[in-house]
Amino acid sequence: MSMVLRSGIAGLLYAFCLSATPVLAQINLAGQWTGQYHEDEPDRLPGPELGDYGGLPVTDANRMRAQSWSASILSVPEYQCRVHPVDYASSFAQIRIWETVDPKTQELIAIHVQHFAWNTVRTIWMDGREHPPEYAQHTAMGFSTGEFVGQALRVRTTHLKEGWLRRNGVARSWNAELTEYFTRHGDILTWGVYIVDPTYLEEPFIRNRDYTFNPNGRMGPYPCESVIETDVPDDYFPHYLPGENPYLIEYGRNHGIPYEATLGGAETMYPEYVDTIRSMAD
Amino acid sequence: MKSIYSRLLIGVTTLLCLVSGQAQQNFDDVEIHTLHVRDNIYMLVGSGGNITVQLGTDGVFIIDTQYAPLSAKIAAAIRELSDQPITYIINTHYHPDHVGGNENLRLVGTTLVGGNMPGAVPYSGDGAQVVAHENVLLRLSGAMGGEAQPTAIWPTNTFFNAEKKMHYNGEGIRILHQPAAHTDGDVIVYFRKSDVISAGDVFRTTGYPVIDLAGGGSYAGTIAALNNLKNMMIPEYGQDGGTLVIPGHGRLSGLGDVLDFREMVIVIHDRLRQMIDAGMTLEQVKAAQPSRDYDPVYGAETGFWTTERFIEAAYQSLSE
Repeated sequence: MSMVLRSGIAGLLYAFCLSATPVLAQINLAGQWTGQYHEDEPDRLPGPELGDYGGLPVTDANRMRAQSWSASILSVPEYQCRVHPVDYASSFAQIRIWETVDPKTQELIAIHVQHFAWNTVRTIWMDGREHPPEYAQHTAMGFSTGEFVGQALRVRTTHLKEGWLRRNGVARSWNAELTEYFTRHGDILTWGVYIVDPTYLEEPFIRNRDYTFNPNGRMGPYPCESVIETDVPDDYFPHYLPGENPYLIEYGRNHGIPYEATLGGAETMYPEYVDTIRSMAD
Repeated sequence: MKSIYSRLLIGVTTLLCLVSGQAQQNFDDVEIHTLHVRDNIYMLVGSGGNITVQLGTDGVFIIDTQYAPLSAKIAAAIRELSDQPITYIINTHYHPDHVGGNENLRLVGTTLVGGNMPGAVPYSGDGAQVVAHENVLLRLSGAMGGEAQPTAIWPTNTFFNAEKKMHYNGEGIRILHQPAAHTDGDVIVYFRKSDVISAGDVFRTTGYPVIDLAGGGSYAGTIAALNNLKNMMIPEYGQDGGTLVIPGHGRLSGLGDVLDFREMVIVIHDRLRQMIDAGMTLEQVKAAQPSRDYDPVYGAETGFWTTERFIEAAYQSLSE
């Protein structure tokens, strides 16, 4: 075989490889992934303390909403099985990821993620479909479309139902839009979400979680059945009237943090806010 | 007397705003969008209240008719779904953004006539039936005060009790009166087999509840109607799936959306109740901003139903 012919074949092969690059570049996220808790553990597993809004870019309206929140909401049947929203559910235990592929063309149609928490399942559409119109239903998982960007899966999520940034009453509105990145580094998966909520956040909020690949992993079931624990009037909704929530000062008092620093706001996200806290303590 | 005067003032202003909204609006650019809800149920979105459409071999069953200038577009959208005639129109209440197209859409429909029906049901041979609670007829005819609207948009088939039941296109349909809620003639319509509810304006996702005091609405009745709605719903899991709700205005909803709206209504109620019991005046209440945390979601500074007008109506209703 002549040098010219071999070069030609090699060139064709290279051209083929280049043309196939988008497919080959698609990372495979499928499998069972176990959450790592070195980040934000107290906030994620035991749960946030009442009145702790620090580090969250909440607006004044969102702060008022949170300060009215009562944990008794969990005794109301309609709220007992309310699932964690998609931008919060990935904080717990395992997630399972799998793909739906057209068996003939091998084109990727969708990527699915199941969370351990409440066993919710989300679908990330990879087939280029449009997001629904605004008047379509909003859900806890929202509507997601994705594309591969280098070695990451980038996901856009709209049509969210109202959820929470922290499960102590800090709201995330249905008007929010998420941009997420799933990035795989071998057996490590990093998920990051960029939350833009013009209704309740002063600035976008970013949350990251890490997972390790677990080839032997199993996800446990997470059934939930609402029960009536207390007999309450039909028009009952637990909340605190303004100025009447007695628990708001506990967090700051227990940790030696000035009350003002517990109230959150965009400035509390940044490292230099430590200087502000110190000046409060002076 | 002052209370009655204030109630009338707020109520008449509400209605005038609704009517003037129609007069000022250019409908030429309005498109009618169709959203499949479940099974044979669809939601039409245009300008005015959402329209619910149920299809089947019995005919086309619709709930509310938006504004008259949109009727041709609405009829065309329905024709895209079915070639069956419109046979029933339900009105969830009497406001013009929900009944404005009654005449036009009734006349492109038909009613199956036979036996003693022509004598029993007016207009039975002349288009579809328009079904509503009796108070809708009384409001539109001016019998309860206010200006009488043209007879052609009046309901042709009314009921005065708590519920009217029908079986149409293969499923049971419950039409449930919600007394003194958004108005005094509200109904919510439950399609039992499809598990879909058309809620009218007792539930909307686009703003604070509109309490038409002159039209017989009240804050307490709004809460009661939302409780009824909530109690009819069974989610598939959490607060998603299962029973779906087509709101009077806004997006297709599930239980979570209804609960969020109900939460807002109850929390603001409780705050206003405390302020009113403490003797605060309306101006003092406004200054205290009792809805400040919900304003970014439901509030408005312009348009016919501003946050200020909601607080005024709520204060008035809860002061009685």
